[in-house]
Parts: sequence; C-alpha cells; structure tokens
Amino acid sequence: MFPIPIQKRPLINRISYKILVPVSLFIWLIPLIGIMLTSIRGLGDITAGNYWGIPSEFLLFSNIKDVFQNTPMLSYIINSFKITIPTVIGAVAISCMTGFALASYKFKANLFIFFTFIAGNFVPFQILMIPVRDLTFQMGLYDTVTGLVLFHVAFQTGFCTLFMRNFIKALPNELFEAARIDGTSEFNIFLKIVVPLTRPAIAALSVLIFTFIWNDFFWATVLIQGQHAMPITAGLKSLNGQWVTVYHLLSAGSIIAAVPPVIMFFLMQKHFIAGLTLGASKG
Amino acid sequence: MGWFSTTPFLNVPNSTQVTYRKSSWWKLNQQRLTPWIFLFPGLLLFLVYVIWPIFNSLYISLLQWDGLSPAIYVGLSNYIELLDDEYFYISLMNNLKWLILFMLAVPIGLGLAIFLNQTIFGIRLIKSLFFFPFVISQVVIGIIFSWFYNPRGVIGPFLDKLGLSNYAILADENFATYGIIFAGIYPQIAYCMILYLTGLNNLNTDQIEAGRMDGAKGFSLFKNIILPQLKPATFLAIVVTVIGSLRSFDMVAIMTQGGPYGSTNVLAYYMFETALSEYGYRMGYGSAIAAVLFTIMMFYILFFIYRMYQSEKKGL
Repeated sequence: MFPIPIQKRPLINRISYKILVPVSLFIWLIPLIGIMLTSIRGLGDITAGNYWGIPSEFLLFSNIKDVFQNTPMLSYIINSFKITIPTVIGAVAISCMTGFALASYKFKANLFIFFTFIAGNFVPFQILMIPVRDLTFQMGLYDTVTGLVLFHVAFQTGFCTLFMRNFIKALPNELFEAARIDGTSEFNIFLKIVVPLTRPAIAALSVLIFTFIWNDFFWATVLIQGQHAMPITAGLKSLNGQWVTVYHLLSAGSIIAAVPPVIMFFLMQKHFIAGLTLGASKG
Repeated sequence: MGWFSTTPFLNVPNSTQVTYRKSSWWKLNQQRLTPWIFLFPGLLLFLVYVIWPIFNSLYISLLQWDGLSPAIYVGLSNYIELLDDEYFYISLMNNLKWLILFMLAVPIGLGLAIFLNQTIFGIRLIKSLFFFPFVISQVVIGIIFSWFYNPRGVIGPFLDKLGLSNYAILADENFATYGIIFAGIYPQIAYCMILYLTGLNNLNTDQIEAGRMDGAKGFSLFKNIILPQLKPATFLAIVVTVIGSLRSFDMVAIMTQGGPYGSTNVLAYYMFETALSEYGYRMGYGSAIAAVLFTIMMFYILFFIYRMYQSEKKGL
C-alpha cells in the first residue's frame, strides 16, 4: 500500500490527517459551496453584498420556483432528457454490436476500423462543425432534438466502441467457441452470450454517456437555436446573459442543471469510475 | 482463435445454386459476414457524421463561402490570411497557455490521490466529493467562476482587503485567460485524481514491500517503485488533459466570449466566432482555423494510436 497507511503512523499524524482531510475538502469545494449559499439568498443579501455570512432569509425554494415560473427552465430540462436518453440507448446499442464485431472476429480491416473509431473520438469538434451543421440542415433536422441526437449517437459510437471492444475482448473466448460447436448462430451468440455478459460495461457506458451528453454545450449551440429544443446547458447560457446581477436565480438554475448528473454519479458511482478509469491500471 | 482457420471457405455460388443452397451458403459464410452486419449501423453513422466531415472541412477551408451564396474556390488564401491575423496568434498563444497550465492538473491530481489514498472513516464519500467538479457541466463551472470573480461577487470582500477593490480579472486583458484556465483546471484535477486513485489501488504490494525492505523510503520509493507502476494512469491522465485543454470552448464561451478585446480567444472559440456568429459567416476561414487545430490534435491522436497499436501487437 502506498502511502503508508495512516493507522501505522504516530498518533499526532493520525489526528492531523483527520483534521486536514475535511479542511482541504472544504477549500476544494468553496466554489460549489458558494453557489449553494447564493442560491438560498434573497435579492436583499445579494445587493447588500452578503455573500458569505448567514443568509438573512432562506429562499432556496422560492428561488427555484422563481426560476421555473419566469424562465423556460422546465422545458430546457425536459429537452435535456429528450436528447440524453435516446443518445444513451442508441450509442450503447450500436457499440455493443461494433464492439462485438471488432473483439471476436478476425478480418483484415479489423484494427484499421478500430483505430478509426478511436481517432475520430479525439478529433476537435470544430473540424466537424460546418459539415455537420450543413448536413443537419439538409436533412431538415436543424433546430430539432432528433438532429442533435443523431449526431451525438454517431460521435459517441467512437468512444463506446473502444470501450465495448476492449471489454468483450477480455471475455473468455472458449464461451463463444463452445456455443459455436453446439451450432449456435452468430446472432444468438451475440444476444444470448455477449449481451448478458457485458451488462457491467453497458451500465458503465450508460452513466458516462448520460453525463457527457447532459453536459454538452457546444453541439447544442451549433445545432439548436430555439427554446423548443434547447437543452439546459445552452439554456443556462442564455439566462446568464439576461441575469447579469441576479445571481441568486442563476445559482438556483445552475444547481437544477447539476442535479441529474450528480444523482446519476452517486447512484452508479462504481460503474462511473470504472468507465472513466478504463486502462488506468493496466497497460 | 482456432475456429477461424477451420471455417470452410466457399466461392460465390452461381445463380442456380443460390436459392437451393441459400441457407447452407449463409451457414458457411456467416463467420465472414457477421462482423460486417454488426458493424454496419455504427460504421455508417460514424462515416457520415465524423469521418466525412473532416475531409469536407479541409475542402471548405479552400473556399470563400458564407454558407448561403455559391462558394468560390480560393486555394490557400484563407491560410495565407491566417498568417497575418493578429487574433489567430492570440488564440494560438492562449491555446499554448491552456496546454502548459493544464498539465499542472496531472501532478496536482496525483498529489491529491496520494493524500486521499487512506482508509479512514468516510473516505469513500470524501473521495466522491473531491470528484464532484468533474461531474458537473462546464457551463455551470463557468457560471460559478464568473460569479466568483465578479468584484461585486463573492471575491469582493477579499479583494477589498488586498487593496484591489473592484478588480475584475475577467475584464483585464492581461489576466483574463488565466482566470478562465484556473476555472477549467478545477474539474480536470478531479479527473486526474480519480485516474491516479485507481492506479494506486492496483499497485503491486509485493514490489513495494520489497522496496521498503531494501530501505527505499519517501521520495526514492515513490520515484523508483511507485511512479513506474503508475505509468498507465499517467499516460491516460496526460492524454485526457491535453485533449481537455484543446477543447476549451465551453469555458471561454460562458465566461468571456473571447473578450476583452479578443484577449481570451482560443482556436476552438475563434473558429466558432468566425464561422457562426454575428461577426460574419466566414465558413472557409473558420474551416482553415479548424484545420490548424485539427493538425495540432492529430499529433496527439497519432501518438495515442501508435501506443495502442504497440500494445495490441503485444496482446495478439
């Protein structure tokens, strides 16, 4: 174990460690704590410059109500779900198939296709922006949820394929061989053996993609214009312009935007971290 | 993969046989065709939405085009114009600042991971809370920090004490970029930390104990035994940090929109601004900027692919 477990250290070290950890956590989270404090304040505190003191009124709920009543926040959130959920389902389903194809069949173009997926995944968005926007226009899908979802699914397929392929590759090949000897068709091998075994990978990918897409701002800006299809990230940005000084409402809005990915993270923490750190422990 | 070599190979059957032997033709060839059937939807989407647009953008960078009227082929003149564009150089320099300062996220993340790699009560929750900033949207992080930096915002009272009343870092063209980078690095540190925590979790205990037996302690233990074992985590941390630093669009868009006076522009944002904002719809010029960004990124991509290729060859 590295570093040496604190339990094996002298008492003074143990005590100071136990003090230091919460203190550093507090310092680390100051920006987030600040915004939470602001979101419960009223306009009075804000104009009086009371940012760190005890809030003179507790207005979190009324601020949240305000945000929902006076801004299209609710429709932004619904749009975010409408964009995120189909993307997760689409990208995961497609990459189960591509991952399986690249992990368990040998053919000439295999590695080339695999590396194409990986390379595409790292490309800067700007090199795709104009053609993708044009294409979406031509399909009549500009400013629609469908247009944005289609692009997200396509782009996320790169990362998801990398993930699924490596996961399926690590499964024991004997399983597939035994099934083939029994006369199982390739499709049934996929459906009855691969899909059930990849459940942990599917879970990990789903939470990751959910967070990535929920937090996407660039593509929402490029492919969406109107409120009817705008997700919460782009929505917050447009509110940011309108509310330069009304930080208590903006803070409440930001917290609302952060809630779904945070819940997702806490519910699926193990999978989330397993997904993000893929490859961090073995070469 | 023994099953592959024993698969019988059949030539394309002639037409009279097709209907008769359809099912057995499929049986004999399904090993060969199945991967392509499974690849089809993913590959099609990826080609249409990712691969083709790259080449299309490179082509557009040779055009003068506002997105509506007919495009005019202008050769390399967009690139030549870039050479004289002050804002292009500012953006490029800012990208460099992002890249260099972002690299700090790797050692800081490592330090945090070592600090937190203990088993005390509640440490799991504490680690999750440290990881929090990464889960939240960059838009929210950007809003938080804009408000943080606002002289009438939370930082105000502290600035007053420092004798810097009403100092707004985001309005100061000399320092605004550093203000944004500081905000951008915050979630990146969390990401690096989690990569290293996983790496530390999977260290080879025997080697560490052996090292300790041999009298390795403190920094020499860390340098000679721990760090080499953390190499995969370091590699990944560097890769994601480089890519994160070049994808600095969100933060700039939220916090300054490139201002004041273009001083916080980065290539990612400048490209967007030239091609799609009120400053005019210069698709060709924007694509040329994107092409430069793409070329820079391509070095990292190829390096990454090369590494993966090496480990694939070893694995086979």
